[in-house]
Amino acid sequence: MSTDGKLLDVQHVTASFHIGGLLAGTRLVAVNDMSFSLENARPEIYTLAGESGSGKTTLARLLLHDLDPTQGKVIFEGRDLATICRRGDVMDFMKKVQPVFQNPFETFNPLRRVDAYLYDTALNFGMAANRKAATPIVDGALRQVGLSLEEVNERYPHELSGGQIQRVSVARALIPQPRLILADEPVSMVDASLRMEIVNVFRKLRDEQGVSVLYITHDLATAYYISDHIAIMLRGFIVEAGTVEAVLDHPLHPYTQLLKESVPRPAPKTREIWAKPIELGSTEAKEYARIGCRFAGRCPHVMDVCRRSDPPDVEVEGRTVKCYLY
Amino acid sequence: MALLSVQNLRAYYRTEVYGISRTVRAVDGVSFELRPNEVYGVAGESSCGKTTLIKVISGTIKAPLKVEEGRVAYQFGLLEVDMLRINQDELRRDVRWKQISYVMQGSMSVLNPVRRVITTFEDIVDTHQGITDHRAFLNQIREHVNKLGLPPEVLNLYPHQLSGGMRQRVAIALATVFHPSLIIADEPTTALDVVVQRGVLQMLKGIQAESGNTVLLVTHDLAVHANVADRVAIMYAGRIVEEAPTQVIFNAPRHPYTQHLIRSLPVIGDKSSKASLSGSPPNLANPPDGCRFHPRCPYAMDVCRTVVPEISPLGNGHRAACHLIQEAAR
Repeated sequence: MSTDGKLLDVQHVTASFHIGGLLAGTRLVAVNDMSFSLENARPEIYTLAGESGSGKTTLARLLLHDLDPTQGKVIFEGRDLATICRRGDVMDFMKKVQPVFQNPFETFNPLRRVDAYLYDTALNFGMAANRKAATPIVDGALRQVGLSLEEVNERYPHELSGGQIQRVSVARALIPQPRLILADEPVSMVDASLRMEIVNVFRKLRDEQGVSVLYITHDLATAYYISDHIAIMLRGFIVEAGTVEAVLDHPLHPYTQLLKESVPRPAPKTREIWAKPIELGSTEAKEYARIGCRFAGRCPHVMDVCRRSDPPDVEVEGRTVKCYLY
Repeated sequence: MALLSVQNLRAYYRTEVYGISRTVRAVDGVSFELRPNEVYGVAGESSCGKTTLIKVISGTIKAPLKVEEGRVAYQFGLLEVDMLRINQDELRRDVRWKQISYVMQGSMSVLNPVRRVITTFEDIVDTHQGITDHRAFLNQIREHVNKLGLPPEVLNLYPHQLSGGMRQRVAIALATVFHPSLIIADEPTTALDVVVQRGVLQMLKGIQAESGNTVLLVTHDLAVHANVADRVAIMYAGRIVEEAPTQVIFNAPRHPYTQHLIRSLPVIGDKSSKASLSGSPPNLANPPDGCRFHPRCPYAMDVCRTVVPEISPLGNGHRAACHLIQEAAR
């Protein structure tokens, strides 16, 4: 497969873990034969959406080169991550791919001032020779997220609101001038009213700075608002992927349909749809170990074949669906 | 007849460290009523006083929290309870769990991690009612759990063996053992996935509809209120700024804060730019004078900076606290 013109190319990646004892343990395949890619020429926001236990965080670790895949390749700017091991190369990779984590109050040490992290990042990545030279870089990064150095200088994390501190962590990620920001659930710990403040920053970065964002979330409403492409994950598989309009306006996979219907809409007149009784799935481990489609236990359209083998990826109406229905 | 009537409640945290005293006005002049057989939603950002309000109306007032003024009066059938005057023994014997129960956010901390779920049921029933016949107790609990649609095996499992959604449903089962008149649910689904959230809220709503009790649902997620609540109150910086039936508050919000909150909600199928509100919620130890929303309000007038707007009725159960609306009505 050619990797030309791709910023990030994930090719048939599998990651499995061994759980339990030496003899009695089982294998848990957290990421199962996943493939997707981000264009190099045009910056975009790509969403990976799924519930807890769908393998989102394992995938994030694979992409950050924190975990090596059991099978398959992750290729960034034409280079396989597995070949990056010299210190200089690792630094170079870290500069280009920067993470933003879920809980900003855990990312920052409560006893340390937040600006210290920004200066550290600037100095460690060699963006500036000394603290004085780093000041304009830090200020510039903060201005890109709608803050300024005066606002956060000498402040402790508890002195900032959840939305502000999360924007500071985005600013920190921007300092080494990355090509790609990997944001793992960046809005799930902040109030609904502050979420827009953070996702608007991602939109602005894509449009004005040309930074691509890999947005990992379970919040489909903000995903629709900011992203270009979306992949819906279920128990380690991508079950549906395509442009966000195709996938979320007219979902084809029964799981995506359930997910979309379950997002509460802020409109009381549609509450009947949401109030339609649902059955909650069996426990996580059971669905991971299932043979065939992982959704078969909850699917309203389940057929015999679904329980026997993994469904193939099918191209339908401008998206890929992993389902026997199509 | 109201189930609960709260009048002009002020509850402050007063601390004194090394001679420096500090007062956090977490609940500052709140009045509302809960009716029998309804779901009343309370929405607001973190640190707007939601949790303090729950603490006071559930009677868990401990220093440094102090009720400065106001009334919290319950009417449970024939039993009248003044929450600010009742003694602790009576509260435990007659009110807690039998009339008022509580579903918390982190259900992991409700359930003892080293004991099976059934022993938590045993603790609660023993404390509030007393167990004389163990077999009858077991049957009662099995029947209760079964009625709520939970598999009977959960009773013999440990909390860590349950998924997040199942744990939260067990917490709801615990809260409804005695069929209380009021269930207080504080962010019951915040840490859950959308599908699980839907299942848990459907169960809570189902219990409410069947037994006709009242649920006080506190969450910052307005989309949840739109689907579950009958009436919604919006809190900002220790006060209720607007209250209305759910349909009304979503279709015709009047307070600028509510209008902003509802307008900024992302919706699938809508990609238009949505602005976020500038500034941050005020520090309740030193709130701004006048209307507490005025530093962030796009329509702030001179009067807003000095005079606190009173919450006033707009008809059809709609109330709002804003000078702009009162001016227009004049």
